[in-house]
Amino acid sequence: MPDFLLEIGCEEIPARMIQDASQELQKRVEELLAKNSLPHQGIKRLETPRRLAFIASGIPATQPDVQEQLTGPATKVAYKDGQPTPAAHAFAKKAGVDVSQLQKVTTPKGEYLTASVTSKGKPAAQILAELLPKEIASIYWPKNMYWRAGKPERFVRPVRWIVAMLDGEVIPLEFAGIKAGNQSRGHRILGPQQVSIGSPSQYAETMTGAHVTVLSGDREYKIRKALDAATRTVPGARWREDADLLRTVVNLTEWPSAILGNFDQQYLSLPEEVLVTVMRDHQKYFAVEDAAGKLAPHFLAVLNTDGDPDGLIRHGNERVLRARFNDARFFWDTDQKIPLANRVEMLKAVTFYKDLGSYAAKAERMAALAAKLCATLEKSGQRVDGGAVQQAARLAKTDLTAELVKEFTELQGIVGGLYAKAQGLPESVATAIYDQYKPESTEDSAPRTLEAAVLSIADKADSIAGMFALGLKPTGSKDPFALRRQANGIVKICAEHKLSLNIFELLRAAFDLYDFAKLRAKPIEILKFELDIRLFFLERLDFYLREVKNFPYDIASAVLNAEKAGGVNISDVSDVLARASAVSALRDSADFAAISVAFKRMKNILRQAVETNKKVAEPFNPAALKDAEEKKLADAVPGVAKKVKELSASRQYESALHEISRLRPPIDAFFDKVMVMVEDENLRAQRLGLLQTLVNEFSSIADFSEIVTERNS
Amino acid sequence: MLQQPYDIEVGAGTMAPETFLRVLGPKPYKVAYVQPSRRPADGRYGDNPNRLYKHMQLQVILKPPPENVQELYLESLKAIGIDLRKHDIKFEEDNWEAPTLAAWGVGWQVMLDGLEITQFTYFQQCGGIDLDPICAELTYGLERIAAFLQDVDSIYEIVWAKDPQSGAVVKYRDVRYQDELQMSVSNFEKADVEKTWKHFEMYESESQALINQFNALLADKNATADAKQRFPLLAAYELCLKCSHLFNLLDARGAISVTERVGVIARIRQLAVGLAKAYVAQQNVGVESAKQQKGGAA
Repeated sequence: MPDFLLEIGCEEIPARMIQDASQELQKRVEELLAKNSLPHQGIKRLETPRRLAFIASGIPATQPDVQEQLTGPATKVAYKDGQPTPAAHAFAKKAGVDVSQLQKVTTPKGEYLTASVTSKGKPAAQILAELLPKEIASIYWPKNMYWRAGKPERFVRPVRWIVAMLDGEVIPLEFAGIKAGNQSRGHRILGPQQVSIGSPSQYAETMTGAHVTVLSGDREYKIRKALDAATRTVPGARWREDADLLRTVVNLTEWPSAILGNFDQQYLSLPEEVLVTVMRDHQKYFAVEDAAGKLAPHFLAVLNTDGDPDGLIRHGNERVLRARFNDARFFWDTDQKIPLANRVEMLKAVTFYKDLGSYAAKAERMAALAAKLCATLEKSGQRVDGGAVQQAARLAKTDLTAELVKEFTELQGIVGGLYAKAQGLPESVATAIYDQYKPESTEDSAPRTLEAAVLSIADKADSIAGMFALGLKPTGSKDPFALRRQANGIVKICAEHKLSLNIFELLRAAFDLYDFAKLRAKPIEILKFELDIRLFFLERLDFYLREVKNFPYDIASAVLNAEKAGGVNISDVSDVLARASAVSALRDSADFAAISVAFKRMKNILRQAVETNKKVAEPFNPAALKDAEEKKLADAVPGVAKKVKELSASRQYESALHEISRLRPPIDAFFDKVMVMVEDENLRAQRLGLLQTLVNEFSSIADFSEIVTERNS
Repeated sequence: MLQQPYDIEVGAGTMAPETFLRVLGPKPYKVAYVQPSRRPADGRYGDNPNRLYKHMQLQVILKPPPENVQELYLESLKAIGIDLRKHDIKFEEDNWEAPTLAAWGVGWQVMLDGLEITQFTYFQQCGGIDLDPICAELTYGLERIAAFLQDVDSIYEIVWAKDPQSGAVVKYRDVRYQDELQMSVSNFEKADVEKTWKHFEMYESESQALINQFNALLADKNATADAKQRFPLLAAYELCLKCSHLFNLLDARGAISVTERVGVIARIRQLAVGLAKAYVAQQNVGVESAKQQKGGAA
């Protein structure tokens, strides 16, 4: 069975987009093949900045033939006096068979004619040529362009060639005005401009000959080896791992190698953060450290060529880095002339957001919100240096006026922290300023200190509240203010610092700190705001439980649907986590599974009762119950409920769940012997009332009915 | 085709009419010119070895871009003596956007041994108008390339000229330093904020008035094609460029708060968008009157 190769030759695709696009193309092709009954024995993705390619191996040369049974007119219409009517002839013609080959089938609606038809499978080549261009055109790009006159299509950059081959045969597909062939192109500088591909199985090897390593994994391996080799020239040195940077250079090169360059010792007097940012973000260099882990005066550049025998490339890169470091030092020195404290006033001229005022106002609100947070935490027994938090909040944003931050925006906060330290402010203040934007991603760590945690939460809550108040909540893939990331940050900080605070009260307080009248902004209704915030954080908590903490989805749903006093019980992140852990620990026990099934049953019965307008006695009257089993269950409830409440109050959720499991025998007995939906209206209402009480009393830790058990999974 | 630099202050070669206006409409165009580009806020009193208040761009517009435009570009590097086999060249994503011109495009910064030497952009929109055909814009940073070729650490060390007899050299410092120093002083310290605002407003209102007149003329059924074609939209565009430069000057002077900034950018953008639209309409007047004449003769 033949292999199929597609290579889309393109002008340099942005590094950040290559892998996603390549994966999407693979997925699209898998779906296309499956939909068209063309099974494959594996799809291999290959991609470089100048090409997206894949090889689908072992696909059939043609689709299998398909037998189909067509239904035609009713027999009584199709035959008159035993002779076929025009209707029968027409059907036979449509099915492509002789009238004599038509058969009859009896259905509940009567007797009908049928014809059995074989549709011939189409050649794979034809299907691919017809359908692949649409898939190529549908690849999602964060930013795309048009280039041909009349704007017939958009793609990330102009497509310049296409290779499409089923074994040795060229598939005549066409995209963006380019007809596919068997001609690829080699490395821009090292390779030949035209490369003939003999067959898909020879593709990778042929491209290697043209100085293109088409497998990203192979390029990564090559880069790692090259970095190791270059670093070995400095005794004791190591290059600093940087997964993001590595990914970037893998996607910036077709034929990578690496060089080690040097910079003057004198620049090491600048903070490491600044030097590393310049190297990584602006020059895509890897930093090198000495045996003690300190930054060493070297850098590693990954090249898209086979080496630097004359040292010309190293020389050029050293020159550029020197200029960059000079700039950074110039900014650092300039900034020291105005201490952070003198920059507070300058923040009045820096807009936070159009309708949300200046950063000076934001700093004020952050300080006020942080004070509230500190008070709440003190109450729950956590000691925070409130004075340090206040000072940090007032200075936190002042580095936005610093030249160094204007030049290297990614260093906001960090520069403020470094300046605070350099200007003799207390360590706790400097650290809080330094860590205020943490965590900047799901992988990033939470702020190191409690003071920094409070500052970070206050900053994020203020931004989220302000944007939501203006109705600027994230929608779909659009989140221009990174509010999801900030909310994820709040959740993570609360969880990791074990902060006992109510996030909805926090956001409400943040909302109230805005003086919208003074800002001449019109916020949305407060009830709408609270609802939006509630749904938003529910999503973020679900994300945190599932994606960060790896809880199964049903545990996340059970915990997030837990009810407390009529509302959903999710305001406190550490409490949510504690409950999820408890449920997770017990979910495999037999009693717990049985309880889950029972709760599902109760909820179903109650739902049906509501749907059919049956009365539910709330509260139920124990005296009105009749059977022994229901009385026993009703008797058991108050004692267990009391214990569960006590244990929950001190967050001993595992014990509380054990306590609930003890209800299993009476519940099982109840369902075995007692019929709920009886004719007797009053008795039915009392029984429904008993079930409702059970659901109400025991759903505050988790909604057990959400748990997937083996019996119903 | 080679053109001379435009003789009004601009922040980039893109703003010269040879780019901003010529990229509009369907007519193919290929041009290259050096454009002195003034960015008051980039001034460093002649102290910084890599930054200039006024730098030179070699601006190339290829409309529509030929299929081998990247290869042609690489050839141009060879032509100035760069042996690509001995260097590391990368095309790294860099999209370009000019909010004052309502213009944007996608492309790359071209990196040569870690140095950004060219901005390569496929223009998609200009003056708020979708371009069709699009064009490729290649902007070479001449000082940087010269410093690279001569292997000097500072722009001011570039050898600008050499006396063929004595061999005495004139460095870029000799021809440019004073300009950088004094203009930095002017832009950061001396420029009269109030008067500059006044200038800005005068240029703005004059430019807008011309645009309005043209639009009235366009709507006037009795106006002749000739009257429309001779209307000085190019003058209105020069006035718009003046506004843009004065805005940059006020910005460098620290006279525009962050809040005001957005508003002022929107004002210049309004002129640019109005002009682009008017220019396209004016070009069409010519095309249509030619068609009509042809139709009349037949």
